[in-house]
Amino acid sequence: MTTLEETRRRAEADAKTYGYFLTPQPELLQGFLEGLKTNEDRYGYPLCPCRLSSGNFEYDRDIICPCDYRDPDIAQYGSCYCRLYVNKQVYESKNLPEVPERRPIEKQQRAYGTQPTIKQVVPQSEQEKPATAQTPKQQATIKKKLWYCKQCGYVVFREDPPYICPICKAKKEMFAEIESSVKFNG
Amino acid sequence: MQFSKVSGKKNNHKVTLYALSTCVWCKLTKEYLKENEVEYQYVDVDLLDEDDKTKVHETISSKGGMLSYPTIIVDDKTVITGFRKDKLKEALEI
Repeated sequence: MTTLEETRRRAEADAKTYGYFLTPQPELLQGFLEGLKTNEDRYGYPLCPCRLSSGNFEYDRDIICPCDYRDPDIAQYGSCYCRLYVNKQVYESKNLPEVPERRPIEKQQRAYGTQPTIKQVVPQSEQEKPATAQTPKQQATIKKKLWYCKQCGYVVFREDPPYICPICKAKKEMFAEIESSVKFNG
Repeated sequence: MQFSKVSGKKNNHKVTLYALSTCVWCKLTKEYLKENEVEYQYVDVDLLDEDDKTKVHETISSKGGMLSYPTIIVDDKTVITGFRKDKLKEALEI
């Protein structure tokens, strides 16, 4: 069990690291932190309170707060999708912008059991299935790859490269896949 | 699927709200509808079982909505994504 205070401290520390601010409206902030805490207690990780979980860590990885979409959303709109994290300008003006969902539809659909491009694994028996999907219904079938930032050399092992390199802030286009192969001789 | 019903004086529209129990904007939408005495039904999608989640996906997609929350469907046709007071006012005549 994580406490609300821990959730708050983590968000504050993360905002500070990246030069962001937490939402300027105290009652909204409180709501976001409560949502994050609820999700962490429920799923074991602080899933975005504004998005639907698949109950599967691998499928949810990109929407664990701070999500993959926060940095490009703040760069473009001044705020993340939830509006928990904002830039200085939004913080000072207190005018929260509308932020459309950047997460690709194929990833959103993973939360609904409607997964056209992903192999579906046999679900567990009905009686074992909790309402909150604590037990992963499907095994993760994400294909992870090694990506490297051509600008600074940062390497990441994930489904997709980040939108913005966390080290040198290069754009996604600067990432290339590392091709690896194993040879068996003799 | 079990919808929770909230009664209100303004019941000239059928209002269905798809929400998440953890989502602040969904909570604000519920409060806004209640303040304006709008009768509506809602469901917290994150608390549904897998079959019902699939139904929600089908319903929202069939109306041309996005899979974002809150999603409000007025009279089975008008879809409002997000807590948009301006759009709610217009659609619900409040």
